[in-house]
Amino acid sequence: MANISFTIKYWKQNGPKDKGHFDTHEMKNIPDDTSFLEMLDILNEELISAGKEPFVFDHDCREGICGMCSLYINGTPHGKTERGATTCQLYMRKFKNGDTITVEPWRSAGFPVIKDCMVDRTAFDKIMQAGGYTTVRTGQPQDANAILIPKADADEAMDCASCIGCGACVAACKNGSAMLFVSSKVSQLALLPQGKVEAARRAKNMIAKMDELGFGNCTNTRACEAVCPKCETISNIARLNREFIKAKLAD
Amino acid sequence: MWLINSSIGRKVVMSVTGIALVLFLTFHASMNVVALISAEGYNMICEFLGANWYAVVATLGLAALVALHFIFAIWLTLQNRKARGNNRYAVTDKPALVEWSSQNMLVLGIIVILGMGLHLYNFWYNMMYAELVHDPEMIAMATNGVYHIAKTFSCPVYTVIYMVWLAALWFHLNHGIWSSMQTLGWSGHIWFNRWKMIGTIYTTVIILMFAAVALAFAFGYVPCDMQAPACGGCLLG
Repeated sequence: MANISFTIKYWKQNGPKDKGHFDTHEMKNIPDDTSFLEMLDILNEELISAGKEPFVFDHDCREGICGMCSLYINGTPHGKTERGATTCQLYMRKFKNGDTITVEPWRSAGFPVIKDCMVDRTAFDKIMQAGGYTTVRTGQPQDANAILIPKADADEAMDCASCIGCGACVAACKNGSAMLFVSSKVSQLALLPQGKVEAARRAKNMIAKMDELGFGNCTNTRACEAVCPKCETISNIARLNREFIKAKLAD
Repeated sequence: MWLINSSIGRKVVMSVTGIALVLFLTFHASMNVVALISAEGYNMICEFLGANWYAVVATLGLAALVALHFIFAIWLTLQNRKARGNNRYAVTDKPALVEWSSQNMLVLGIIVILGMGLHLYNFWYNMMYAELVHDPEMIAMATNGVYHIAKTFSCPVYTVIYMVWLAALWFHLNHGIWSSMQTLGWSGHIWFNRWKMIGTIYTTVIILMFAAVALAFAFGYVPCDMQAPACGGCLLG
């Protein structure tokens, strides 16, 4: 274990209409087993004791499952974490003494800035409300084996369902496209018999809402899957395309 | 109309027009290779196509495909820039997984279109157009395709421009082929890798076919049966 000193360059912005700018702060002797968010807590302690306004950023569970943390660190959403981890699981040992660390918010028209690096991701909730669920009445609990599901499908659906909706895919995409998120949410249901009943309506409604909210068109650059903290793949996007085209052709 | 109103629909238009254009390129490349084997054979193809009604109809169809592909590309790009928002990132780091060509398809496409302009001027104008307007001076050579190939590639500047053009086309198709299948939904954990490999091989073969003809003529190759002063350059004996 060692301590490192570095310069942090962080984005300050008062609301969606403000132009925004970077502020910098020298961080001294930070233990390298500090997590990135703990480091930002230290930054805020120092800012507050110096009588300055603290830096605003989203965070909640700090164990990689809630999808709240959303920082664009040195050009990568969530920073260069271990594969499959969010900002909260990024540690200062990934940085070197004397580095300049640039922290930016998710930049996308679909995610307006609330303050500094906190962005409004309500758009994802709206897409979910448009069809990311089943309306099947479950009734009496059935026997567990009443509906047979192949293990491979169940596993794949579970992988799709592990999407935490953090928005890193949108942040990484040069087109501001939300296709990886939407496709994971469509896939987690499309793969299972219970979800197939409403598959066509779901794909059409969720895509219509996604387009309406101003997300871009996917051009298959794969930047989304490269940064996804839950390792979602563009196979999901192909599945969504398939579901959507099938639904439209059936109309 | 979902092909216009939805993001996936617009991508489907790009995909289908793209695939159609790849099929056209396949036909075009196969035709070109004939010029390496037999000048007479190649000129027969030129005559067969010429300004016959089916060739003119097919050309109009191709023009429509190119126009659709181009207009949708511009439209999608404008929408995507808007979706990105006004603030650009100060620092960006491209993941290793992301192909350079996938993020520069518009630029590559524009290079391809500019090259196509030059290509139409070098060949189409002297061949189909000459027949269509019955230009008395140009008509004599209108179906002599080999003459036009030899003439164009006798100029090194044209040869270099054509090579740059073909390189841009290689990058464009290398991303475009698997991307079009992904858009149509014919992809997944297994087919993604297959399409990527198929795309790279297919693209390389087509581009090599085009490049072989251009380079052969640029370096003085003459088909065996061509009425030329020296047949010494014939590679096929």
